[in-house]
Amino acid sequence: MTGNKPHRTIVVLVENKAGVLARVADLFARRGYNIISLAVAPTHDERLSKLTIVVDVESAPLDQIMKQLFKLINVVEIAELSPGDGVERELLLATVEAPKDTRSQIVELVDIFEGKIVAVSADRLTVSLDGAPSKLDDFETLLESYSITDLQRSGRIALPKIGRDVPRLRAVPEAV
Amino acid sequence: MNQTSEPESSDAPAGSIRLNGGQALIKSLELEGVEVIFGYPGGAILPVYDPIIDSKIRHVLVRHEQGAGHAAEGYAHVTGRPGVCMVTSGPAATNVVTPLADAYLDSVPMVCITGQVALPAIGTDAFQECDTTGITRSITKHNMLVTRAEDIPRAVREAFHIATTGRPGPVLIDIPKDIVDANNPNAYFDFVYPPEIDLPGYAPMTAADPVAVAEAVEMIRAAERPVLYVGGGVLKARGAQALLDMAEIGNIPVVTTLMARGAFPDSHELCLGMPGMHGNYTAVRAIQEADLLIAMGSRFDDRVTGKVGAFAPGAKIIHVDIDPAEHGKVRRPDVSIVGDCRLAMEAINAAIESHGGPSAHTDHTAWRQRLSGWQENFPLTYDPPEPGELLKPQAVLEALRDACPPDTIVASGVGQHQMWASQYWRFDHPYTWVNSGGLGTMGFSIPAALGAKAAYPDRMVWAVDGDGCFQMTAQELITASVEKIPIKVALLNNAYLGMVRQWQELFYDERYSEVHLGHEMPDYVKWAESMGCVAFRVEDQSEVDAVIAKANQINDRPVVVEFRCLSEEKVYPMVPAGGSNDDIIVHPSQQPEQSEQSGQ
Repeated sequence: MTGNKPHRTIVVLVENKAGVLARVADLFARRGYNIISLAVAPTHDERLSKLTIVVDVESAPLDQIMKQLFKLINVVEIAELSPGDGVERELLLATVEAPKDTRSQIVELVDIFEGKIVAVSADRLTVSLDGAPSKLDDFETLLESYSITDLQRSGRIALPKIGRDVPRLRAVPEAV
Repeated sequence: MNQTSEPESSDAPAGSIRLNGGQALIKSLELEGVEVIFGYPGGAILPVYDPIIDSKIRHVLVRHEQGAGHAAEGYAHVTGRPGVCMVTSGPAATNVVTPLADAYLDSVPMVCITGQVALPAIGTDAFQECDTTGITRSITKHNMLVTRAEDIPRAVREAFHIATTGRPGPVLIDIPKDIVDANNPNAYFDFVYPPEIDLPGYAPMTAADPVAVAEAVEMIRAAERPVLYVGGGVLKARGAQALLDMAEIGNIPVVTTLMARGAFPDSHELCLGMPGMHGNYTAVRAIQEADLLIAMGSRFDDRVTGKVGAFAPGAKIIHVDIDPAEHGKVRRPDVSIVGDCRLAMEAINAAIESHGGPSAHTDHTAWRQRLSGWQENFPLTYDPPEPGELLKPQAVLEALRDACPPDTIVASGVGQHQMWASQYWRFDHPYTWVNSGGLGTMGFSIPAALGAKAAYPDRMVWAVDGDGCFQMTAQELITASVEKIPIKVALLNNAYLGMVRQWQELFYDERYSEVHLGHEMPDYVKWAESMGCVAFRVEDQSEVDAVIAKANQINDRPVVVEFRCLSEEKVYPMVPAGGSNDDIIVHPSQQPEQSEQSGQ
């Protein structure tokens, strides 16, 4: 969970080259910036990858973080998504204790949140839920009363809302 | 349809030649106009050293890889062209880490080529393997591990482009042994130097935004107490002439930081000298009292600002810097101009002149009078040497300055001698001062002087060094002798790590911990002679001029002059670390005057 720390989401388009993720991670470490979550994957253009980074803006001002990131030669574009400007999604997987007496309650909870049960054993369930990060936060809180044995969240991915002009830094004006 | 009169071979592009990776590397360096490589061979880089024999590029064999890096920096400082160093993998690569970090902090254009173990051995903890690109990632502007021979020309092209454009800096190319190996059939390819650069994430801004320039001009025209706070960026932008014009057109006093000494003539009436921790009083005070600070290619370094919250408290800030990330990093500017300093100053100058030039904006007579008053009351000063005493380093530097041609290049180490050299030399020409400002690398001066002299064999090059620094890199005097690069070294031997001693005296109750080196050990004259230098020792002020004159006449060998200096001499003025610039400590002889002024 992102908790109550002041945070912002940035979407960083990078060249899909060896070591780029290490460069980004190194920069955060060296300049004392904190990453709250990070998701990385190639884009539809195989030369480029996209990083969605949720940054702690208490550790440093966002514009300084963006400008330092932008100095990395392999960073092509950085877009800043303030909460109203982006569509954000995250995936959660959790395994919970599910003995007979609480199993139906858990199934019901998953149902309410429109999640899925992806694995079952005699006394445990693995459930998945995707959606807006705040929805996942709520689900996780409710699930905690059933004794979570394992949990993994993907870190959020985000895109700007269609037609929304978000602040961005870009080296070369047109799309590559 | 592509109709050509002559069919072209489908195997090789027109005009290409078949080379192996090692040959391609050297060929690429030649095409970049490289004149000299400072380097040191070893296992992984061996295949690249073979084609060097047939190249017109000069290779200078240093005696330690750190020396190769600093020599490349010295070359770059004085020429503005990228310095090139080349070393092998593992320990050689870690030995260039210091010069890379130095070049990164001082924005020195440099290309460093390191050998790497063969591709199949990478990651196996092979002999002389280290993760060079990983280690150097945060101290280079960019680095790359090349994995195919045919990628070498592009890597070199990109490295030189990145090192020299935007905010300059060091770029490292790590090259595995097998892709440069003449015995590897896969290391051969049809060499073509890439005509274009494909870096979608890299396009530094150079031209200044006209709206910001117009805002800056309005501020300059309205200012009553302006100061131009000039940093190394002006030199990197080749902006000395534009700066001179700007200061004169706008009638604006100038301070030049440690990295910018020489960017504005010290003998000019608008020059206030160096600001900062050991800056002169007028430069420091002018910033504190200014109503407009024009930061030109400077970065509000802690050695200049002291306590940031108390720095230039009444000043509006115009910040001109090519690196967007410097804007607002330390102090939020009122006007921010991202771009090349020279272009920005030319735009500002043109705009001020179109408004009618200096007569049309605020009269700075009162401001200039206050500055002159401080200059008169608080000049740089020291107590003159007493008969029978050892030397005063300041007096030695003044004598040296007066005996050398004005275009003499001075390369300094780090410590008290560096501050005195910056204070007491008269820098009237750009690119005559070479020093390690950001990283503060002891031992910088001798290899850096070597690099500068290799670039300009006909210029006089003096390394001003301390005894601590000298012991770190003196071995490059062997390089200087063997390679016939006759630098001169003024070794200010005060028997101590003088700057640390000064701090212990002032801030640690004179408890001197691990700072005594001794005047006698080693015997610097014998040591220098053993390295092929002519060496002198001076212990009395009366001998100083004659020995300097002798040293200046020697042009066929390096010269070392050991000046035996007093241990107790301190650098003044001084702003204690983290303190406010308002708490500047002046020379003891000026302290009564200072308290009188502050009592008013």
